[in-house]
Amino acid sequence: MSNSGSIIGRFANPGRFLALANYVLPVAWLAAALFFAAGLYVAFFDSPPDYQQGETVRIMYIHVPAAWMALFTYVTMAAAAFVGLIWKHVLAELYAKAVAPVGACFTFICLVTGSLWGKPMWGAWWVWDARLTSVLVLFFLYVGYMVLVDAFDDEQRGINAGACLLLAGVINIPVIKFSVDWWNTLHQPASIIRMDGATVDKTMLLPLALMAGAFHFLFIALAFFRLRTEIFARRARATRLRGVA
Amino acid sequence: MALNKKERLQFTLLILCALGLATAIALFALRKNVSYFFTPQQVHELRTMDDARVVDGRVFRLGGLVKPGSLEKTSHDLLIRFIVTDDLRDQKVEYKGIAPDLFREGQGVVATGSLQKDVFVATVLLAKHDEKYTPPELAKEMKKLHGEKTGDPDDKKAGKPE
Repeated sequence: MSNSGSIIGRFANPGRFLALANYVLPVAWLAAALFFAAGLYVAFFDSPPDYQQGETVRIMYIHVPAAWMALFTYVTMAAAAFVGLIWKHVLAELYAKAVAPVGACFTFICLVTGSLWGKPMWGAWWVWDARLTSVLVLFFLYVGYMVLVDAFDDEQRGINAGACLLLAGVINIPVIKFSVDWWNTLHQPASIIRMDGATVDKTMLLPLALMAGAFHFLFIALAFFRLRTEIFARRARATRLRGVA
Repeated sequence: MALNKKERLQFTLLILCALGLATAIALFALRKNVSYFFTPQQVHELRTMDDARVVDGRVFRLGGLVKPGSLEKTSHDLLIRFIVTDDLRDQKVEYKGIAPDLFREGQGVVATGSLQKDVFVATVLLAKHDEKYTPPELAKEMKKLHGEKTGDPDDKKAGKPE
């Protein structure tokens, strides 16, 4: 590694990553389980209905964390793809490939729960407004990335092509975030991440925060687990190739 | 590509900047088409400019708040009449059918339909809710305190001319 002195250089070593994963994985799985237990309990049994939306507001506790994670996962993938393209770090190159299905699942959950919420509240399963359309584009970016990476016989070429797609797709992230402010949309504007503070009552913020924590720990666990699998797979392939030669 | 690290960095950043700029320009050019609905004020402006998108009979979407006190239910045929407002301008709307549960006075709505002279005849009616989430008791108390309407305050912002 050219910048082995830096922090990235130190953790970009797959051996060190595997050692770290042994500590992180059990903690992350346990934390995710605890947060999901507490979050789901509060979300379904110990939080009030909404003054307008009634009980359907509980869909928010799945929908919103899933949407945040869909964006978060994509941003981390694009950042890793950038580092991988420029500095050729092995872990950074493998990271996007490892977590792409996780991000696609978060996006899918966000779209499905949003649809189930839209029908009773708005009166439509789906509308082509700027927010919904840009999130659908995000889902296609995830799926397109996975297909593209696997479309090459040479794994490295696939990863490089995928990295280019990820970087080009970053443009979609601010469009998703600000679509509800820039254009008239059926989807309402942001409730939490906004300039003048959250517009969600604190009795509803608690389950939302717990579920957000649960999704984050789940993501950490899945990311470490899948990245470790990618490293093992790469090592197994290298061993097999050496055996043939 | 036989580029070194520094060249790869410069090349990638250059491409990203170009892409960002291109997208910004494209979105700016599309800004009117990307909107899901027009507010009554926007409809008025487009009408005065003889814009083809809001001529009589042409289908488009109208969004805003149901003006409090304007909802009229007729006894036959599920026909309702109400006024959609953005606090700048009012638009009379007629809709025949079952309105969504959230539909009420003061609520945000998006109606699909077309203008017949000065009445907007809607064929689809969707409810638009605001970004506030509050337990019912608290909302009742706040309403008592401020005399606040439970509408969508953000639609006022959307009423600004583009």
